[in-house]
Amino acid sequence: MNLWLNIKRVARYGLVGFIRNGFVSLAAILIMTITLFVVALLLIAGAALSSVLATLTDQVDVTVYFTPAATMDQINQIQQQLSALPQVATTTYISRDQALAAFQARHAGDQLTMQALQELGDNPLGAALEVRAKDTSQYATIAKYLENVQGAGPGTAIDTVNYQQNQAAISRLSNIINTSRALGLAIALFLAVSTLLITFNTIRLAIYTARDEIGIMNVVGAGRWYVRGPFIVAGVLYGLISGLVVLIVLYPLTLSFGAGSQAFFGTFNVFTYFTANFLLFFFTIFACGIGLGALSSYLAVRRYLKM
Amino acid sequence: MIYYDNVTKIYYDGAPPAVSDVTLNIEPGEFVSIVGHSGAGKTTLLKMLFAEISPTQGAVFFGEREIQTLSGKELLQLRRAIGTVFQDFRLLPTKNVYENIAFALEVAGKSDEDIQADVPHVLDLVGLAEKIWSFPHELSGGEQQRVAIARAIVGQPDVLLADEPTGNLDPINAHDVVEILKRINDLGTTVLLTTHNKSVVDSVGRRVVTMDQGRVVRDEAQGKYVL
Repeated sequence: MNLWLNIKRVARYGLVGFIRNGFVSLAAILIMTITLFVVALLLIAGAALSSVLATLTDQVDVTVYFTPAATMDQINQIQQQLSALPQVATTTYISRDQALAAFQARHAGDQLTMQALQELGDNPLGAALEVRAKDTSQYATIAKYLENVQGAGPGTAIDTVNYQQNQAAISRLSNIINTSRALGLAIALFLAVSTLLITFNTIRLAIYTARDEIGIMNVVGAGRWYVRGPFIVAGVLYGLISGLVVLIVLYPLTLSFGAGSQAFFGTFNVFTYFTANFLLFFFTIFACGIGLGALSSYLAVRRYLKM
Repeated sequence: MIYYDNVTKIYYDGAPPAVSDVTLNIEPGEFVSIVGHSGAGKTTLLKMLFAEISPTQGAVFFGEREIQTLSGKELLQLRRAIGTVFQDFRLLPTKNVYENIAFALEVAGKSDEDIQADVPHVLDLVGLAEKIWSFPHELSGGEQQRVAIARAIVGQPDVLLADEPTGNLDPINAHDVVEILKRINDLGTTVLLTTHNKSVVDSVGRRVVTMDQGRVVRDEAQGKYVL
């Protein structure tokens, strides 16, 4: 028997059944579309939050501000001590002039501050050292070390050590990311189960509608998968159509939120992410859709199509 | 070819046997009418041959093989070797005559070319060539039954089971259907006909097996309808 011919016929019967049950199929497609949409949103939200975390982590450093009176010798000593620590990746020296230039650039539009600076005449800012750790968890150790050296020897030149603010923000964001991931997964799981049940019942109805054909197929000696196949095909079609709808809707949606997302998250542009990772979206969405559709149909066929 | 070996069928505990100690041998090419009142066990006999139900005791053989021991694949082959016609025709209302018959061939894995050649041919045999594109609701009962017969024989089965095929038909259409069954039998197909229509049985003039309360009470080579 010609396998390809049979596959073609099973696919055709599946398509005919799908069209015949159009209105009932709509419910299955709708719920599956919502589920796949949530899956896509999870992908995007995960990437956005990770990007924010990465940006923030990158911005973390311990900055040692020296008094304006600090000597170059004192600063060098501190820099050498820090570089010798195993936790430290880099230390960057920022001179008083650089600090002033950066301050001026940051407050270029602020007339009042610039005026006050001019009235001071002298550079009020001290030099600074930006210290990067090899790992974000090591900043606490470095900050503690600096607190210990502050006030003795070359440490007397240290004005303040800035470390705390960013760390709190990072741990809070990590918590938010973990919670939102868990919540997103729970919602997706709930929707997946709903999809499974609705598609299952849709196929059950389709089996009922096709009971005459099924009876005749049995009478004329149709193989098991010849009878079951069309319903699996219908389930897969639900997944394909829903997946297609989600991918088509995502394009204009991410496009319209592209600029807004970049303004909000800093570096993360939702449209750029969608287009750059289109294959990831394509495979994830279709795999979820086809998987859900085929699984529900298979369960319905096993339950209701006795041969 | 078909052998019922001391077959008993009890549908559920405590029920009287639908078929009781039936032993019956049917040779290839025979035309056997199985007659009896409703509930005599005629349809149960056919269902066991088709493996739709299993005997409670005894065994049913098709050729050398015991039907109840067949694997899933062998069962499909058995069903393709047996054509079936029912009292209620069982045509698909949304398909025309051609599609109804083609459907059976498609399921059996026949190529499109074979289907296009075989369907008009078999419709010719049942005298419905001109109704090939009609839908079932456009046909009379007799014509619908002839389409059902065409569907049953288009796969060239060895055996044709006709379960009360004239039950819903007027005498003229019933006569036509019996004539077609005889023609099919003349072409070499074994025919098993169940009926309680006296004129149908008498017009066939072949072997008649009479059943009563699940038992074979008469088996005559050239019988008449006697109850």
